[in-house]
Amino acid sequence: MADEVVLLDFWPSFFGMRARIALAEKGIYYQYRDEDLQDKSPLLLQMNPVNKKIPVLVHNGKPICESLIIVQYIDETWKGKSPLLPSNPLQQAQARFWADYVDKKIFPSLRDTWSTTGEQQEAARKEFIEALKVLEGELGEKPYFGGDSFGFLDVSLVPFYSWFYAVEKCGNFSTEAESPKIIAWAKRCMERESVAKSLPDSEKVYNYVLENKKKMGLE
Amino acid sequence: MWALKLKGVPFEYIEEDLFTNKSELLLKSNPVYKKIPVLIHNGKPISESTVILEYIEETWPENPLLPVDPHERAIARFWIKFMEDKIPIMFAFFLSNPGEKQDKAKKDCLEVLRTIEEHGLKEDKKFFGGTNIGLTDLVFGLLAYQWELMEEIVGVKLMEVHSFPRLHTWAENFKSVSVIKENLPDRDRLFARLKGRKEVLVGSSKSH
Repeated sequence: MADEVVLLDFWPSFFGMRARIALAEKGIYYQYRDEDLQDKSPLLLQMNPVNKKIPVLVHNGKPICESLIIVQYIDETWKGKSPLLPSNPLQQAQARFWADYVDKKIFPSLRDTWSTTGEQQEAARKEFIEALKVLEGELGEKPYFGGDSFGFLDVSLVPFYSWFYAVEKCGNFSTEAESPKIIAWAKRCMERESVAKSLPDSEKVYNYVLENKKKMGLE
Repeated sequence: MWALKLKGVPFEYIEEDLFTNKSELLLKSNPVYKKIPVLIHNGKPISESTVILEYIEETWPENPLLPVDPHERAIARFWIKFMEDKIPIMFAFFLSNPGEKQDKAKKDCLEVLRTIEEHGLKEDKKFFGGTNIGLTDLVFGLLAYQWELMEEIVGVKLMEVHSFPRLHTWAENFKSVSVIKENLPDRDRLFARLKGRKEVLVGSSKSH
């Protein structure tokens, strides 16, 4: 019986991108469905009744929710190719810790940098830059966060790269100037087909951000 | 701590003074957040409670606390994350005093409990994962014993047995697991400690 894999997603979502990259790394054929978050499909509401959020991976009718959980599920189910989590428990723990850090620090500060103004925006920008620097320290001289191979933490962080351009314009700063190693790492990741195919064009994201700012009444 | 005991792993427990004097060991082991819990295994630190639980599960596979099936694992992880995300709501209720803020905290808490009751627990399963206790149950452990005391301190009962029968059944099942039963703190001492904690953080009953 062929596997039926569906991804309920929203094109600018970094969380959705994580799932796309993981599926591409494993070479899995799947059906992509873009959701209208103002008008969520009955399938989404049925598959994620608790949070009603994307991404949701539906594998043979069974839903898996929460991006990092989806990535782990993909890694555990399709073991043959491109392992994403290290096999060593300590390294696994480190990858999980930093992926959680990305969710706690990068996501909210990036969001607040484009969606707020004044003092709040300033504070968000500072936190975002600081978090990038901490991650730069964690990366060190390695080609990927996973070491020599592209791994779980790389998948967790690289989606945010598609938003850097938008956030730089809104926050008036340069990520390359602040954390050059992160940019170098991101460009390296973008050379992978799985990443290049899964991330939207930065200009498109910027236009999306501008549209939202207008809707929110921010310039 | 429960996870380690369920796996029969011997360990040393170090209590930290969080408010006035974090130990050097803690600051060195968790420089990013400077918080507990931190597990130190053969000198290597691991932080963040869910990361620690996964590490324990990977390192000591005997007495498994996560299901084998990837989809079941994903569900277990989903609920672990859910509870982790909702802990601030539960604590907001605990620390609240009568007034508008408390009304909102009550509403938020009830919604959390209702979601768990309706979606998290299944009629025919003893625990979150099925017939055996697992990581998810440990994360929800707060609701099995401590929560009742917290409700008493606030003076508001939310988790009534007729509204949340599955949660109550689960709580009884949880507390009857021998490792859990043997490690439950003394009720009165815990009550006093929680009350003291609330007073330190919020001050005694004042309207906000």
